[in-house]
Amino acid sequence: MKYLTEYRDPVLAAQYLDEIKKTVTKPWTIMEVCGGQTHSLVKYGLLQMLPKEITMVHGPGCPVCVTPTHLIDRAIYLAKQNNVIMCSFGDMLRVPGSEKSLLQAKAEGADVRILYSPLEAVKLAQQNPDKEVVFFAVGFETTAPANALSVIQAHQLGLKNYSIIASHVLVPPAMEALLSDPETVVQAFLAAGHVCTIMGNSEYYPIVEKYKVPIVVTGFEPIDLLHGILMVVRQLEKSEYKMENQYARVVRERGNVPAQEAITEIFEISNRMWRGMDVIPQSGLEVKEKYALFDATKKFNVPLKETKENETCIAGAIMKGLKKPLDCANFGTLCKPSHPLGAPMVSSEGSCATYYHFYSAINEAEKAEV
Amino acid sequence: MEVKEANNRKIKMQLQCPMPQLDFDIITLGHGSGGTLTHNLLNSGVFDILKNDYLDQHHDGAFLQLKNPVAFSTDSFVITPVFFPGGNIGELAVNGTLNDLAMCGAVPRYLSLSFIIEEGLTMQEFWDILVSIKFACEEANVKVVTGDTKVVERGKGDKIFVNTSGIGEVHSKAKIAAANVIAGDKIIVSGHVATHGVAIMSVREGLVFETQLESDTCNLAPSVNNLLDLFGEDIHFLRDPTRGGVATVLNELAKESGFGIDLSQNLIPLSEQVEGACEMLGLDPLYVANEGIYITVVKEQIAEEVIKVLQASEVGKNATMIGTVSKEHPKQVILTSSIGGRRMLNMLTGEQLPRIC
Repeated sequence: MKYLTEYRDPVLAAQYLDEIKKTVTKPWTIMEVCGGQTHSLVKYGLLQMLPKEITMVHGPGCPVCVTPTHLIDRAIYLAKQNNVIMCSFGDMLRVPGSEKSLLQAKAEGADVRILYSPLEAVKLAQQNPDKEVVFFAVGFETTAPANALSVIQAHQLGLKNYSIIASHVLVPPAMEALLSDPETVVQAFLAAGHVCTIMGNSEYYPIVEKYKVPIVVTGFEPIDLLHGILMVVRQLEKSEYKMENQYARVVRERGNVPAQEAITEIFEISNRMWRGMDVIPQSGLEVKEKYALFDATKKFNVPLKETKENETCIAGAIMKGLKKPLDCANFGTLCKPSHPLGAPMVSSEGSCATYYHFYSAINEAEKAEV
Repeated sequence: MEVKEANNRKIKMQLQCPMPQLDFDIITLGHGSGGTLTHNLLNSGVFDILKNDYLDQHHDGAFLQLKNPVAFSTDSFVITPVFFPGGNIGELAVNGTLNDLAMCGAVPRYLSLSFIIEEGLTMQEFWDILVSIKFACEEANVKVVTGDTKVVERGKGDKIFVNTSGIGEVHSKAKIAAANVIAGDKIIVSGHVATHGVAIMSVREGLVFETQLESDTCNLAPSVNNLLDLFGEDIHFLRDPTRGGVATVLNELAKESGFGIDLSQNLIPLSEQVEGACEMLGLDPLYVANEGIYITVVKEQIAEEVIKVLQASEVGKNATMIGTVSKEHPKQVILTSSIGGRRMLNMLTGEQLPRIC
């Protein structure tokens, strides 16, 4: 398939791997920020093809994984109200809240619908004037423009029955939080290509300077990842730190300006709780006061109990790159995709679920042989 | 099947079996009551259209006589939408059970047919479903010998559910079991993977492609039967990868046989449209449901010959060898990715949900 097969080419992959092996002389720990990148690394078997000097740690870039429990509880509470149609992206449905997931609430009779676009939710609101349509607006900067657009559209249409639960998180503040953690092991980043497609590269220059850390904006196909890793390793080996763009076929320096305008029209930056990682300052988006009518967290009064997290889950340490999924005693035993104890076991982009699906003892054995 | 050919077939079916004049145009609760309305419905053409010596006896069940050992299978069909590109729930219900019998190495002979209808289904829709059942049965040379019709209140069903059970005579040369599989056996898939599931999903999600993607639902029994005629006991295993897809079937085989399975991503046959749709929807084609293909595991020495035979037929024209049974990594399926990396291919957990980005 055009624009994909070229980036999954085995000959090219072997050349990149060879070049990485020639370049690397010391051990390096690199974090791929986005869950989509983790997914590709494991799905294509790249982790055990890399030289043993390179350790990839998996970042917090799975949006459903970091969605705080209290918002899931809120979505479930609203979904169970008779006059509510709760809409969500598919992989949000299985994420456990304090007591259950949206999928369980659906099985118990709640009207929960999987949509591909928030604009479909606006259409639903038009078609169901006697119902309240709530969209669970989850994601990084990537999904924020479409979610913002849904509010703009609902506003233009004069809809009174459409609102969103905004659970938007921002990548650069999370990277800063990780770097300022004294325990951090991360020496370089593969930044998330999709996020930069929207936001451009400008936010990374100050981080590169302040923390003296190489950042390479990287795509999601195996060749993208190998190329990104090679670029990072070259910088590390030369003790350089620069912002570079591997994903230039998609990412422009300024990003997608109309998309950014849609975001700033609807959302403002706020402090945000990341599941497993605590509150990160200025790391989230919430609906501006001007559009409060479209903010489900303000529109509906939701009585919430205190949220509960599984105490043995080490999701936080995994998302900070301090631990790997296989380090967890519950991995694959008490915690499985069919019965997740924490969010990274839920979404296909969560690192625990990715390991569960694709990683096995053979991978460990092969890694040892490299 | 070509879109044009499918349309022509549909028109031909409608011309050959026009719906009779009836004094009702939608099905109501009363049609499932067992009383006059039920008789009206059944005598309106249901019995006529599926007419055969067994049904004509109007008994509570059918008396059957078979010479050979028997395979017996059942399946329920709840597909949404009921009418989809490339077919409808009727022929799917016939083909589904025929294929289950075929995977047992049996030649399908008789079917039971049960409907659970949600009131409000139009008689025209029901008729169209019946007509496609009739043609699917005729093409497969099987008879519907018993059946049932129930009607449930609106909101208690999803238009129509269909159950079929089937009986087939086991092919004299068939010896199909996971236990017969040995290391070195070759794994062959008879056609493009994920076509049916993606065709259905693209209708549900309103995806439009340059050319319409159609379900490949069909009766696989003649193809299987031909292989058994030619290769007999060297065909070690057969399974149609319906729900859970190819990945699930191969995991079941690995666990049941105790052997490992090596697969190669680059060899999995996929149509370009399906590949593109899976990329867009965030789905792994190896977990998507199929209706018109089967997997067979055969003795190493005959693998190439089997592929030649399959490729000479319409059903098997895209047949490909996708992997090998191995002594290594017992009970695990290991996939070599397109760039040469290796990873485990697990069973599907729950429903495949579309990814966020």
